[in-house]
Amino acid sequence: MDQFLQLTVTGLTNGAIYALVAVGFVLIYKASDVINFAQGEFLLVGAYVAAFLIGDLGLVWPIGAVLTVIIAAAMGVVIERLVLRPLIGEPIISVIMVTIGLASLLRALVLGIWGTKPKVFPAFFPKNEVYIFNAVVTTEKLGAIAVAGVFLLIFTLFFRYTREGIAMRAVADDQQAALSMGISVKRIFAMAWSISAITAAIAGVVVANTLEVSGNLSAIGLTVFPVVILGGLDSIPGALIGAAIIGLLEAYTGGYVGDGSLSQVIPYIVLVFILMVRPYGLFGKEIIERV
Amino acid sequence: MQSGIFHSSYQKDMALRHTPAQKVRLLLIIVFLLIFPFLADNYYLTLANQIGIAVIGAVGLNILTGFTGQISLGTGAFLAVGAYTAALLAIRFNMPMWITIPAGALMTALVGGLFGIPSLRLKGLYLAIATLAAQVIIIWVVTHWDTVTGGVDALFVKNYLWFDGQQVRFNEFKFYWIIMAVAVLVVMAAVNLFRTRPGRAFIAIRDQDIAAEVMGVNVFRYKVAAFATSSFMIGLAGALIAHWRQIVTWERFTIEVSILYLAMIIIGGLGSISGSIYGAIFMTLLPAFLLNVGQSLGSAIPFMDRIIPFIQQAVFGIVIIVFLIFEPEGIAKMWRNIKDYFRLWPFSY
Repeated sequence: MDQFLQLTVTGLTNGAIYALVAVGFVLIYKASDVINFAQGEFLLVGAYVAAFLIGDLGLVWPIGAVLTVIIAAAMGVVIERLVLRPLIGEPIISVIMVTIGLASLLRALVLGIWGTKPKVFPAFFPKNEVYIFNAVVTTEKLGAIAVAGVFLLIFTLFFRYTREGIAMRAVADDQQAALSMGISVKRIFAMAWSISAITAAIAGVVVANTLEVSGNLSAIGLTVFPVVILGGLDSIPGALIGAAIIGLLEAYTGGYVGDGSLSQVIPYIVLVFILMVRPYGLFGKEIIERV
Repeated sequence: MQSGIFHSSYQKDMALRHTPAQKVRLLLIIVFLLIFPFLADNYYLTLANQIGIAVIGAVGLNILTGFTGQISLGTGAFLAVGAYTAALLAIRFNMPMWITIPAGALMTALVGGLFGIPSLRLKGLYLAIATLAAQVIIIWVVTHWDTVTGGVDALFVKNYLWFDGQQVRFNEFKFYWIIMAVAVLVVMAAVNLFRTRPGRAFIAIRDQDIAAEVMGVNVFRYKVAAFATSSFMIGLAGALIAHWRQIVTWERFTIEVSILYLAMIIIGGLGSISGSIYGAIFMTLLPAFLLNVGQSLGSAIPFMDRIIPFIQQAVFGIVIIVFLIFEPEGIAKMWRNIKDYFRLWPFSY
C-alpha cells in the first residue's frame, strides 16, 4: 500500500509535467495543424534559462521564473514568424522536418552555451518529507503537481473567458470562419507558439526543480507523443487525462513489473495499441476515411 | 523536360538517359568511382565508404517516404535490425559475409513489412508517430534481449569469411569495392523500379491514394511492399555497417540516425533517386567539413574543441530549416535549375 501511494505520487508528478508539455503541443496542433517535435527542446530551454537566471545570476526565484516565461514567450513568437510561417500550406513531412531541425538547433544552442555537465538548480520548494498514510512523499513532488495544476487551471480559464482565448478556439475550429469574423489568424498562430513555449518553459522549471538540469530533459518531448495520441491530438482535456494515465502507467510498471525497465517502452506500446484501435484517441475529433 | 529532344519510339521514350551529355556524365562518374580508391588515402576512403552506406540507406528511405509518401521515423531501428542480424549470424554461426549481408537485409524487409501493416489505417503524421514507436520499441528490444543481442554491450564482428570459408583481412580499400558494388546495384534497382508497375503504383499511392485504389492498385498490398522494399535496402546498409565498422552497438541506431536519413532525402530531394545520392553525400561531408574547419581554427580559438559538436548539430538544424524554407525540393532541384539556366542561356526566362 505504501509503495502504491508512493508510485502514485511519482506517477502524478511526471504526469503533471507531461500535461504541461502536452498542452502546449495540443495547442499548436489545434491552432495550426503543426506537429511540434521541438516541444522537448522548449522545455530544455526553459530549464536552462531558469537555472542560469536563478542559479548563476542569483536572482530570487519569482523574478527568475517570470523572466524565463517572458523569454520563452518571445522565443515562441520569433520561431513562429521566422520558421513556421513560410511553411504554411506545405506538406506534412516538411512541417515535421522543420520542427525536427528546430529541435536540433535549440538543443545545440542550449548545450553549446551552458555545457553538457548537469546543473543543480537551487530548489524553491522545500525538500521535506511528508507522510500520507504511511507513505513517504517529498514536498517538492507535491509542489510540482500543485504548480502544474495552477497553471493548467489558468490556461483553462484563459481559453474559456478571455477574448484571445475564445479567438484561439475559433481559429482551431474553423480558420476560414475565424478570418471572416475579423480574427487575425497569423496573430493567433504566433500566440499559440508563444503560449506553448511558456507551458513548456514552466514544465522545464518544475522538472529542473525536482531533477537536475541536463540535456536528457528533452527526452520528455518524445514521451509527449503517447500522451497526446492517447488523449486525442486536438483535445486539451484529453492531454491532461492522457498525461495522468501515462505518468501513472510508467510509475506502476517501473515499480511492479520485473526489474522496471519495461517502464521505458510501456508508453509506446500503449501508443501503438491506441493507434491500431482508436487513432483519434480518447477525446479527439473522429475523422473517418475509408481507403 | 528539355526542349529539342523528340522521342520517335517507345524505346527512346523509356530510356533513362536521353542526351549525349547525360551519357558522358555517367561515364565520368564511373571512371571516377573506379580511379578514386587508388588515389585516396585512408581518411577519404573511410568517408567514401560512409557515403556509400548512406546512399544505400537514403535510396531505401526515399522509396518509402519520397515515392510512396509514407513518412518513416524508424530508419535507425531498421538499420539496427540489419546490423544485428548480420553480426549475430557471423559471430554465433560463423557464416561468411556473402550470406550474412543478404540475410540481414531479408530480416529487415520482414520486420519492415510487419511495421508497414499499420499503414493500412494510419496516414501522414499518425503513421510518422507509429514509426517513432517502432523505433523506440525495436531499440528497447535490442538493448534488453540480453540472451540474443548481448543487451547494451557492443558486439564485435571480427571474423571475415569469404566465399570459400577462408578468413580474409578486410581494410577500407577492400570494403570500398563491396560497398560501392552494393550501392550501384541498389541505385540501379531503384531507378528501374519506377519504370515498372509496382513503382508506378507507389507513386500513385503518394499522389492520390483513393484514385489509386479506384484504378485497381491494391493500396494496402503496395504500401506493405513499399515498406518491405525500402527496409530491404536499409537492412543492406545496416548489415554493411556491422561488417565495416566491426563493432555493433545500439548507440549507432538511435532516433538521431532516423532523423539524419530523413534530412538526407529532404535536402537531396524527396522522390528523386539522384536526390538521395546528393543528400547522402552532402550530409556525410558536412560534419566532416565542419570538424576540419573547427580543428584548424582550434589553435586560434581556445574553446573551439569543446563547441565543435554543438556547431555541427546547430548547422544540421539550420541546413534543414533553410532548405525547407527556400528550396523544399532539395539539391536535385537546384541542380536542375542550374542546368536549365545554362541550357537556355542567354535567354533564360
